[in-house]
This record gives sequence, C-alpha cells and structure tokens, in this order.
Amino acid sequence: MNQYPIMKIKNLSVEYAKGKPAVKNINAEIMNHTVTAIIGPSGCGKSTLLRAMNRIHELYDNINVTGEILLDEENIFRKSPIIVRRKIGMVFQRPNPFPNMSIYENVLSGYTLNGIKLKKSTKNEIVQTNLESVGLWDEVKESLQKKGTFLSGGQQQRLCIARALALRPQVLLMDEPTSALDPIATKKIEELILQLKNRVTIVVVTHNMQQATRLADSSMFMYLGELIEYLPTYELFNNPKNKKTQDYISGNFS
Amino acid sequence: MNVRIIKDKMMHAGVVFVTLCTLVPLFAIIYSVVAKGIGQINWDFFTKVTPNSMEAMLAVAEGKVIPGGVLQGIVGTLLIVLPATFAAVPFGIGGGIYLYEKDNSRLAAVLRMIVDMIQGLPSIILGIIVYLWVVVPMKSYSAIAGSVAMFIMMLPMIVRSTEETLRMLPNNLREAGLTLGGTNFRVMMRVMLPSAFGGTATGILLAVSRVIGETAPLTLTILGSANVCYDPREPNSAVSLLIWEFYNDPNMQSLIWSAALLLLVIVLLLNLLAKKLSKG
Ligand SMILES: Nc1ncnc2c1ncn2[C@@H]1O[C@H](COP(=O)(O)OP(=O)(O)OP(=O)(O)O)[C@@H](O)[C@H]1O
Ligand SMILES: [Mg+2]
Repeated sequence: MNQYPIMKIKNLSVEYAKGKPAVKNINAEIMNHTVTAIIGPSGCGKSTLLRAMNRIHELYDNINVTGEILLDEENIFRKSPIIVRRKIGMVFQRPNPFPNMSIYENVLSGYTLNGIKLKKSTKNEIVQTNLESVGLWDEVKESLQKKGTFLSGGQQQRLCIARALALRPQVLLMDEPTSALDPIATKKIEELILQLKNRVTIVVVTHNMQQATRLADSSMFMYLGELIEYLPTYELFNNPKNKKTQDYISGNFS
Repeated sequence: MNVRIIKDKMMHAGVVFVTLCTLVPLFAIIYSVVAKGIGQINWDFFTKVTPNSMEAMLAVAEGKVIPGGVLQGIVGTLLIVLPATFAAVPFGIGGGIYLYEKDNSRLAAVLRMIVDMIQGLPSIILGIIVYLWVVVPMKSYSAIAGSVAMFIMMLPMIVRSTEETLRMLPNNLREAGLTLGGTNFRVMMRVMLPSAFGGTATGILLAVSRVIGETAPLTLTILGSANVCYDPREPNSAVSLLIWEFYNDPNMQSLIWSAALLLLVIVLLLNLLAKKLSKG
C-alpha cells in the first residue's frame, strides 16, 4: 500500500488558560493506514493533542488552539467542523453508546445526526457491515432493537467503534479505548484495531506501553505538553534518543 | 457488649424513631382525608355540579349525603391546567436547554435569576400580578387568567429540571454526538433530550401536581363558578378552589374532604408516575 502522510501537524499549541499551553508547538506527520500511539505520563497532554485533531476544543469557550493540522494537505481549521469530524472519527475512554437508541440506531446515528435519510435496505446493510467489521454482528444480530447500553462494556466499545466507522472516516482517534475494559475485551479491541488499519488511519492514546508496542507502527512520547520523541515504535522502545523517553519506558517515572 | 454495637443500636433506634415521627402525621392526614371524604365519593360526585347551600343544608339535616358533586371544578381544573402544561412544556424545556448550552452567558445568568425569583415568589403575589396583567385588561375573571398563572408557576420547575437532567448526562455523550458530525441542535434533539426524558418528564409531572393544588392565585384569576363552563374567557371553577369555597360554607363541610381526597389521589398518582419515569 502506498504510504503517505495523511495528517500533518504544524506548530500546534493548545491553551486551556492564557499563557499556559497544555500542548506546546507540536510538529508531526501521521502516515496513512498506520496505527500511531501517543504515550506519556498522566497530564502530559495526550488527550489534549488528540482532541485538537477533530476540533473538539472549539466546543468550549476559553480553549485556544493555534497552528495547523492538514488532512490530505487541507487545513482542517479552514473547513467546516462538521465535515472534519465526519472524516475524523473518535472513540472515547468510557464506552458511550447513545442510551436512548437501540443497537441498530446507534450504528446509524452518524447519519441521523447529519440529517441524512437512507433507504431501509441501505440502513440494514450499513448496520450489518459495520457490526461485522467490529466482530459484533454474530453476538447481537438477534437483538438489534435492544438498547446499546444493555451490552457488556467491551461490546459497547465495539459498538461505538462501529458507530464511528459507519461514516467511513479517514482517521479514527481513540483516547485510551481499553482502559475501562477487562483483559479479554481489551484483547478483542486490540485485534480489531490491527484489522482496521487496512481501511482507516488510527491514532490511539494509551498509557499502557505494552499496548503501544503491540499495536502501533509509530509512537509519540509526550512530556509536559511537548512531543519529546516520535519514532517507529520498535525504535522508540529499544533505542530512544532522549533521556526522558528512556526514563519513562524503563519505568523510572509514570 | 461492645460500645460500638451499643452505639450502632442507639443510632438505629434513633433513625426508626425519627422516621416514625414523620410517617405518623403523613398517615394521619391520609387516614382522616380518606375517612371523612370517602362517604361523599359516588357517581354524582364526578358527574354533577355542586348543589346550592340550601339543598346541601336540607340533605345534611336529613342525615343524607349531600347531592351533587364537583363536576364544574374538574372541568375547570382541566381547562386551566392542560393549556398551561402544553405551553409550559416547550418553553420550559427550551429554557432548560438554553441554560445548559449557554451556561456562562450574561443572558443565562439573568434568566436563572428570574427563574429562581419566580420559584420563590408566594403564589398569591403571582395571582395579583396576573390579575393586573390579564384580568383587568380583559375586564373579566377567566380560565385563561388561571392558565397564565399556572403557566408562570410551572415554568421555573420545568426549566430547572430540564437543565439539571441534561447536566447529569455524561459530557462525553454530547461530544460523541458532535464528533459524529452532528450539529448542536441535532445532538440536542436526537441524543441529549431523549436521554434526559426520564428526568424532564418527572419535572413536568411534579410541576403539574404542584399547581393542581394551588388555590390562592385562582381566587384572583378564575373567581369561581357554580356551573360547568367551557368558555376559557369566562370565570371558572377548580377543584382546589371548591375546597376553599366548601370551607367557607358551613353546610358543605363533608364535601371539603371528598374534594381533598380527589386532589390527594391525583397528586399521589402523578408522583408515583413521576417516580416510575425517573427510574427509566
Ligand atoms: N478542560 C480543561 N481545562 C483546563 N485544564 C485542562 C483541561 N483538560 C486538561 N487540562 C490540563 O491540561 C493538561 C493536559 O491534560 P490531558 O488531559 O491532555 O492529559 P493526558 O495526557 O491525556 O492525561 P491522562 O493520561 O491522565 O489522560 C493537564 O495539566 C490538565 O490538567
Ligand atoms: Mg487523557
């Protein structure tokens, strides 16, 4: 597969309070059809960086984002946020299927929320293919009309991934997608991430270093809002250049 | 015996005692309303208007139940409370959404202050205001004026319960909707409000059950009526207002309790339904 940088982050800073950036001057390129992990100690700005990538910050007053993010060479801050968010999906730490919707409606919710009307047969197809892609179809095909919130945590998380995939995003952002799940559910999500790489570029925040080595082609190590090192995952963990990275991966601080 | 166990037993006894202290008056009230009111509850009570004082006196003198019922009050209450509810629900939910979305804006602060003020206002004062705003210009007491008063009373309760239930939803629900490309409006209508249904519906039912028993503002807005009246521009009656009228008529004493029983049952049912809905 032809690899090229699908996303380019240029001089990106995010401030929650004036003069105190939580993310400082990040420059990075993310290759298409890869998994990129963002690791680093708690509070270093991983979520903040991730949430800049689909413009969530602007939903809140007082958060100031500067710099550029190019998606396919187009600055996402100059496009409609709606289009940007449709192309860059997101999965949250806590599984959050819409509690008022059935499993079926949850998968289609991206379309409903965009005001897109679909034929019944198209809907059925979208629901089935996307539930199949997350390995949930066989488990829930008999209970599509049940509320998504009745599923187990791991199933809910896969439903949320299906919901994001249904809009055919180019990039999928995941903020600690397994930290609320048990080991078996975690393993399933990890396998899923590796499969999905073929159709979508994935950026995943994790504080589990083993997970990063299992999943990611490249990894970013962040510290105090700065991108300290960004290398192919194997390199980062076996041959880090920076002292702070070395300390972190050898467990000297967390 | 160990001191901790004794302490625990004493605490337990204390809690039981305090609970009984609150439950006893409650059951005493319910018991006396039922005991005194049930005798007058019959088919006529729901289908006939109140008799005049003379008829009632004769019936009481002969030891019979008072003929007639509270039909005009039931019709009046419906005619006043239903339109008020239908108006208060959209405005109340809209206001709640506004306070939730524009949390920090200046207008929200003003709105919140007004809502709190209305909620703290004695209902009689609200009656006076509506009297000046509606009854005087229309030159007549009317069900409309009563509806306006009830509307104003319900509004803050619905605004607040909507806002609070929306706030109780996890924040990432809203973010999830928005990250799927939904507009604020669609996320609100398709995800947030439906997810908050239980709490909002509870707020509405509690607001209805609150105003259904109100009397003071009604004396100043609907005045009262001896007959069934369907014209919202005319003076009207209400069950709660009838209780007050019966109280002032020595011949109608037993009807006080029957009308009270009717209100009690309605309010109890509304509260039970509210509880059921809030549990989802
Ligand atoms: N909404 C907010 N308002 C103000 N400060 C915030 C907000 N969210 C995060 N911060 C601050 O910004 C910094 C980076 O936070 P962020 O959530 O990005 O860290 P993180 O790396 O994701 O941490 P964790 O591993 O704990 O999730 C922290 O110092 C945090 O306190
Ligand atoms: Mg985080």
